[in-house]
Amino acid sequence: MTKPYDYVEMKIPAKPEFVGVIRLTLSGIASRMGFSYDEIENLKIATSEACTNAVQHAYRKNEQGEVVIGFGLFQDRLEVMVADHGQSFDFHSAREGIGPYQQNQSIEFLREGGLGLYLIETLMDEVRIHQKEGVTVFMTKYLEGEQVEIDAKTIST
Amino acid sequence: MNLTIDTKKTDSLLEITLNGEIDAYTAPKLRDTIFPLSEKNGIKMIIDLSGVSYMDSTGLGVFVGVFKNVKANGGHFQLNGLSGRLQRLFEITGLADIIDVNRQIEGEAK
Repeated sequence: MTKPYDYVEMKIPAKPEFVGVIRLTLSGIASRMGFSYDEIENLKIATSEACTNAVQHAYRKNEQGEVVIGFGLFQDRLEVMVADHGQSFDFHSAREGIGPYQQNQSIEFLREGGLGLYLIETLMDEVRIHQKEGVTVFMTKYLEGEQVEIDAKTIST
Repeated sequence: MNLTIDTKKTDSLLEITLNGEIDAYTAPKLRDTIFPLSEKNGIKMIIDLSGVSYMDSTGLGVFVGVFKNVKANGGHFQLNGLSGRLQRLFEITGLADIIDVNRQIEGEAK
C-alpha cells in the first residue's frame, strides 16, 4: 500500500548542539516542497523550539536521551513531529493518537517552555501536544495558498 | 551554527557585536559572556544584531534577562541592526514595546 506522503525521520542525541542540524535538514525539506523564505524561517523557529524543549526536558531529568523528529511531506502541507522519549514512532498511528487540542495541557507546557510554545503556536498553522511516555509536539504548516484554494473549490462547486 | 561575541568597552559604553546563530546551543555562551557585564552601575549596553542569521526564544530569554539586569542597575539597553525577521520575533512576543529595538538601516555599511 502506498502512503500519500513521504516520511523522513531523524534521531538526535538530546544535546543542544544538534538542534541546528535539524534546522538544516528542515530547510532542505521545506525548500524542496516549495515553501517561501519567510515560511521556511517560521518552520525553522517552530521546529527548533520544539527540539529545544525536548532537549532541555531530557537535560533536567539528567537523561542521556534522544529526540526523534519526523517530517511528513504531503502535497499541500508539511507535518513535523518532535518526540522526546527517544523511541522511533509509527508515524501513521501516532498521527491518529493525537486528539483534540487540550487547553490545560497547553498551558502546563507553556509554563515549562516559556515563549517557546507561544512561538510554535503563532508560527505554525496547527499544533497538537500529546503527552504519553514523554511529550510529542505535532505541528502542521500548509503550503501558501493551499487552504484558500481548497476553500475556493468548495465554494465554486 | 555558531556564534561569535565581540565586545568593545569605552568608559560606560559597552558595544557588543554578535555574528551567527542564537539557539539552544549558543544562548548559554551568550548569557555567560554578557550577563556579568550588565552588573555594572549605569552602563550603556548596545548590541548589534545585524550579523545574526537565526534567533529563537532562547535568544529572547537571554536578552530579557540582561535587559532586566541593566535596567535594575540604572543603565541603558539597546538592540540595533535587527533584520525584518528578528524585528518580527520581537513584535509577536510583545518585546518590541518593552526593549529598545532598532531595525537594520537599508544599505548601511556594516
